[in-house]
Amino acid sequence: MIQFENVSKRFGSLEVLKNVNLDMASGHCIALIGPNGCGKTTLIKSLLGMVIPDEGSIHVNGAEIIHQHLHRAGLGYMPQIGKYPGNLTIGQLIDMVRHLRPDQPIYDEYLIDSFGLRTLQSKKMATLSGGTIQKVSAALAFLFNPPVLVLDEPTAGLDPLSSETLKLKISQEVINGKLVLITSHILSELDDLVSQIIFMQEGRILFHKSVEALLEETKESKISKAIVTLLAKTVNS
Amino acid sequence: MIRILKYVILDIIKNRLVLAYAIILAVLSWSLFSLEDNSAKGVLSLTNVVLLLVPLFSVIFSTIYLYNSAEFIELLVSQPLKRRDIWLGFYTGLSLALAAAFMIGAGLPLLFFADLGMSLILITTGLLITFVFVSLAMLVTVMTRDKARGIGLAILVWLFFAVLFDGLMLLLMFQFSDYPIEKTMIGLTSLSPIDLARIMILLRLDVSALMGFTGALFRDFFGSRSGEMISMALLVLWAATPLLISGLRFRKKDL
Repeated sequence: MIQFENVSKRFGSLEVLKNVNLDMASGHCIALIGPNGCGKTTLIKSLLGMVIPDEGSIHVNGAEIIHQHLHRAGLGYMPQIGKYPGNLTIGQLIDMVRHLRPDQPIYDEYLIDSFGLRTLQSKKMATLSGGTIQKVSAALAFLFNPPVLVLDEPTAGLDPLSSETLKLKISQEVINGKLVLITSHILSELDDLVSQIIFMQEGRILFHKSVEALLEETKESKISKAIVTLLAKTVNS
Repeated sequence: MIRILKYVILDIIKNRLVLAYAIILAVLSWSLFSLEDNSAKGVLSLTNVVLLLVPLFSVIFSTIYLYNSAEFIELLVSQPLKRRDIWLGFYTGLSLALAAAFMIGAGLPLLFFADLGMSLILITTGLLITFVFVSLAMLVTVMTRDKARGIGLAILVWLFFAVLFDGLMLLLMFQFSDYPIEKTMIGLTSLSPIDLARIMILLRLDVSALMGFTGALFRDFFGSRSGEMISMALLVLWAATPLLISGLRFRKKDL
């Protein structure tokens, strides 16, 4: 569904992505993990077209997406830190995004309801807490029922209850055959959610494995431990 | 683009600064016209105000607005929208909002007090100058990521065209006064949109003696009509070029 071919990006002298090759298929929940500054967000942003890679190509459903915009109709993006125009209310913001995408009239409002955003409709974005902004971001990402969901640290600022709601929604969408790409630092959260792991380090893909293969290889029962074991191995060898 | 335009305009209207701009222009033009018994003198005084204030406000307001809209732009870029449409939406929104403020503040009193021909030319140049300086603001914001530096650059752009450029021309004239530099001077004048606008207005007002060397030259060289047309075309070019360059850079910009 999504292919990265030899994608490279540098910001000044800093090489953020080095020859990244990836192939992601639908029906999977893929975790993108790695230390801070390893290029996860840049990778995601280049898929969204917010960062333009210097080299290489990215295909979604076989079509090249660099400098294109239509593929974004099929992408739901939840940013790590949502930034929205502060003088709009939640209701106005959601209406605006709907109005900007008139050819997608069918909405999935499950998260708007279950996060209780309707009662906050008239609150301005500038007055919202970090967690509520996260909820708005999540609701917007799922609103158009996109086949690909890109979630950058989705549960970072959420309370336990909302975090569970979101995780439940994510696993439902995976069952529905969508491709979900998640970055997270909270490895324990990923256990019952993800089916594949991509590990990045210093702009390179260290490995891209299914969870079963990873667990088997390391003889662990949890993703977090498996990754620690695997990393210890690579450092030692 | 129309959809983006709608939200940009709604957002700018909520911003009270544009309203303040319209009011300041209105107060200035009404008082200038009531002070002068001769409406041509009023137009002349208003010309100087328009040529200083309109570029200043247009370039600085647009720059600040664009920096403050970084979040809005980021949100739009992650939607299935063309970057070109987003950029044009912002340009058109800013231009229309500032043009409307100018029309209300200066345009109405002009139509009310002054001779139609004179007021039309001042309105046209005021609008063109607005478009030019919004376009320059778009270029400034796309060139610098840092807000403080960007606003500084915007002020510098204004200072250069409104004040420094004339000084440089004068210096050049004195230095090369022994040579036939008239044609060069005419060419050089087209490098400053504010000078072009001044020439357009003064050619129409028929007070070229008041506007110094460059205006008189223009008059001799082009004659009123064609001079006006050429200045107008150059001003349109001055609006289009920075917009085009900024659009190309925005297409490649990382957010």
